[in-house]
Amino acid sequence: MKLVSAVIKPFKLDDVREALSEIGVQGITVTEVKGFGRQKGHTELYRGAEYVVDFLPKVRLDAAVSDEIVDQVIEAITNAAQTGKIGDGKIFVSALEQVVRIRTGETGDEAL
Amino acid sequence: MEELLNTTAGDVTQLKYALDTFYFLVCGALVMWMAAGFSMLEAGLVRSKNTTEILTKNIALFAISCIMYFVSGYAIMYGGDYFLTSITGDGVADEWTYAPSADFFFQVVFVATAMSIVSGAVAERMKLWAFLAFAVVMTGFIYPMEGSWTWGGNAVFGMYTLGDLGFSDFAGSGIVHMSGAAAALAGVLLLGARKGKYGKNGQINAIPGANLPLATLGTFILWMGWFGFNGGSVLATSDVENSNAVAVVFMNTNAAAAGGVVAALITARLLFGKADLTMALNGALAGLVAITAEPSTPSALQAHIFGAIGGVLVVFSILTLDKLKIDDPVGAISVHGVVGLLGLLLVPVTNDGSTFSGQIIGALTIFVWVFVVSLVVWGIIKAVMGIRVTEEEEYEGVDISECGMEAYPEFVTSRK
Repeated sequence: MKLVSAVIKPFKLDDVREALSEIGVQGITVTEVKGFGRQKGHTELYRGAEYVVDFLPKVRLDAAVSDEIVDQVIEAITNAAQTGKIGDGKIFVSALEQVVRIRTGETGDEAL
Repeated sequence: MEELLNTTAGDVTQLKYALDTFYFLVCGALVMWMAAGFSMLEAGLVRSKNTTEILTKNIALFAISCIMYFVSGYAIMYGGDYFLTSITGDGVADEWTYAPSADFFFQVVFVATAMSIVSGAVAERMKLWAFLAFAVVMTGFIYPMEGSWTWGGNAVFGMYTLGDLGFSDFAGSGIVHMSGAAAALAGVLLLGARKGKYGKNGQINAIPGANLPLATLGTFILWMGWFGFNGGSVLATSDVENSNAVAVVFMNTNAAAAGGVVAALITARLLFGKADLTMALNGALAGLVAITAEPSTPSALQAHIFGAIGGVLVVFSILTLDKLKIDDPVGAISVHGVVGLLGLLLVPVTNDGSTFSGQIIGALTIFVWVFVVSLVVWGIIKAVMGIRVTEEEEYEGVDISECGMEAYPEFVTSRK
């Protein structure tokens, strides 16, 4: 099992959600986050004084998926979230030790 | 008298009295509503961690203004006894054209306006109770004194009478707005800038306001309230002459605000490359302040132009005060002080009854009195109880340190 965490542009969330549903991902968790990467921040203006917004708003989505579909998931997120412009985000994949469905007590792939 | 009241002429007189009283009261209520405008404007232009405190300050200062003007302010400004004991319910006997208590009501909301101006300028770092202590003196003594020299018609310490010198301030560009700004300036100078506003190398840092919809709502409320502020200052509406004057005042007040917005917006666009909403809001108020000293004699075109001059001036004034490291989060000193002075100086352009020298002497009299006495009072308060919160409290926000309450609480659970 793998935990796929993707940081994407907020307006791409619907596209990514749809793409993941299509390949059979049963659930994702979404968090509004702020951060910076190569895009850095941008400057804004208030009463004549410029200020830098260092951390830009992004959406992070977490999906726990089985090993078989992890490549499909990565591909789906990449295709759906890509604009080709700076700031499209990143995907982090890590090993997932255990998953438990609280309602039934199922564990492992059963619980995904 | 009995016979007279029974005649048609007597009925008309009664009707005029009733109408003028009613008009006065409605205008007073409109001006009272400006307190809501100031509250929203200031709540919008401070950071969210200072919202509860600025709202507390606004409603408390309004109440204190009302009480102090009742205790001593009205008596100092217009004569009579303290605690309004000499105000009668019926004005007919004393040849008033409206009810005396309506006059008090209309005047009391003006002093609250002057005090509201101070609260925005000292926002985000002043101690609540120090501010409220100042409000007691300002509304019970400082403002009524200069009010007695101007609208009250008294000689300045028995030396000279401003009215004789050709001073004219219709609804209070100087008497209300510039005096509020003078008190604010004195406070800000003793208080210092907000932490982080000015950098070591002289750079000016932006401290963006938390809620621009509220600031915009506040500006619209003030704009609306201003019809009572200027319109009510005609003091009557029950005959053709006065109702014409009222209509002109409404028209010109609105025109000046419109001119102020457009001028400030364009000025900001040319200077910064972007349309700065906060400058447009300040521009509306600048237009209103600019026309307040004389809204009845300019033509509609002149009113637009006067407002526009105010709108341009306010942008440059805000930038200049920042360069001087005078930190005014809402631009109150520029809007009400600098443009208030402009308003006074524009009066002789359209009103033959006033003179430039009279306006300058009047402006100096008001400014010097309010600024110097305020400086002394702020100084005393500073020595006795301190006027500034600690650096840590300022960082945490004065909502917590002064009110113990957040404006937008999150993740809260109640425990017994």
